[in-house]
Amino acid sequence: MTPMKKAYATRVRSDLSPLWKGRRPLLSRLDIELTERCNNDCLHCSINRPAGDEDARSREMDTGFIKDLLDQAAALGCLTVRFTGGEPLLRSDFEDLYLRARNRGMRVMIFTNATLVTPRLAGLLSRVPPLEKMEVSVYGMSERTSLAVTRNPGAFEAARRGLRLLADHRLPFVLKSVVLPSNRNEREELGAWAAGLTGVAAAPAFAVALDLRSRPDPVRSGLIRGLRLPPREAAGYMTGMDRDGGEERRRFVAEHGGARGGRLFTCLEGGGGGAVDAYGRFQYCLTLRHPDTVYDLKRGSLREAVREMPPRLRRLRARDPEYLRRCGRCFLKTLCLQCPAKSWAEHGTLDTPVGYFCEIAHAQAEALGLLAAGEKAWTVADWGPRVGQAASTRTGRGEESGPCPGG
Amino acid sequence: MNDKIRLDSIYGPSGEIVAREIEGEIIIVPLTSGIGDMEDELYTLNETGRAIWRKLDGARSLREAAAELAAEFGAPIETVEQDVAGLVGELASRKMVVRIR
Repeated sequence: MTPMKKAYATRVRSDLSPLWKGRRPLLSRLDIELTERCNNDCLHCSINRPAGDEDARSREMDTGFIKDLLDQAAALGCLTVRFTGGEPLLRSDFEDLYLRARNRGMRVMIFTNATLVTPRLAGLLSRVPPLEKMEVSVYGMSERTSLAVTRNPGAFEAARRGLRLLADHRLPFVLKSVVLPSNRNEREELGAWAAGLTGVAAAPAFAVALDLRSRPDPVRSGLIRGLRLPPREAAGYMTGMDRDGGEERRRFVAEHGGARGGRLFTCLEGGGGGAVDAYGRFQYCLTLRHPDTVYDLKRGSLREAVREMPPRLRRLRARDPEYLRRCGRCFLKTLCLQCPAKSWAEHGTLDTPVGYFCEIAHAQAEALGLLAAGEKAWTVADWGPRVGQAASTRTGRGEESGPCPGG
Repeated sequence: MNDKIRLDSIYGPSGEIVAREIEGEIIIVPLTSGIGDMEDELYTLNETGRAIWRKLDGARSLREAAAELAAEFGAPIETVEQDVAGLVGELASRKMVVRIR
């Protein structure tokens, strides 16, 4: 040992990847859907069930199961869990579960609509901070526009009360919203209001391309289809043309673009995350609920699920001829939300092209100058020069992993 | 040598943190508010810090810990005692370890 001039302890922020010089932990982050039930009934939501749905409640993971799950996650090296739903605060054991996660040394991200935040909960979160910003969904700046989305009278005021409690206790949070016909004119107002609440000028995160229901529900999915923005309008929000002329998006395509080929999962990474649904099934991500891609944790451990799932998914290949003809050869994978989870929600398969997302990707590419009007990306063989990429850096591109365009 | 840290004292992890060992790294996770400088931050220890931390079990004195480490690493006892006092002083100032006796 030698005397150390520098500090023995070093602060690390949210990105821990530089820490792992050799092996990475088997699980870095786990999303846990504590319930599918929600006290709001948001029109566009891909998962909510009524708060009083006894059938759903009776099938949910019980307290002991979730505590054991948290213990298993910690043993695998998990440092962040996200409690989501439905509305996670509907569960009467929420505080118990929260403290279990924190006592196991995990940071907790809470995704909530804030309507059920109480002074008691805010006090607890203040004393035992989650160490992650809370994510709060807000869908309107007035009772009228909020009610049009949440269909829950009183939710607007309740959410404002909850957010005030969080702000009063200096609990950091970010607002998440969705651009819908009813609130599309309130985006700037929402951003200014959020900055006033949090003291930070960070813009709320807006989703613009709605997912259909992640469990088969033709009626609700039909409703969501009717709320979707026209592809060109959605593309307009996504390209960032108003922010930086689309530069960041073009760079993203240049760095990670390329065709998927026959590989279905281009988002897999080692030491990554995972998700558990409200009934104790491990999924690679929360929206991927195809029966072939879930692992029942009532029959095996989280360790087994985490070890078994990625190789199983990596082996899956697309078979749909239309997918192989289009998506398999399309260089816009970083602009396109097409993935097995979206295909599952739209078509009940893992490998069917989703027309809506394809149109949005092409509209973005046109706006960014990567495609001519009407041109199809899968017909462009030598796409590198269009994104300013040197030929040498394109060799072998195509089926490698990349980030999830949907975030 | 850290003047405030006495080597005859026994120190152990504070109840206000959770220390985790993941893939060889020791990560100190604040549990309650007011630990560290920023509430969303975790802490890791360097190689020297990791070796010392593993000895801070609330049973050994710091002098005993230093003697064991000096033997294990074949390092001069004075140097190791400086490191032990330095780490404990740093962590105590962040409320990550507490003096037990």
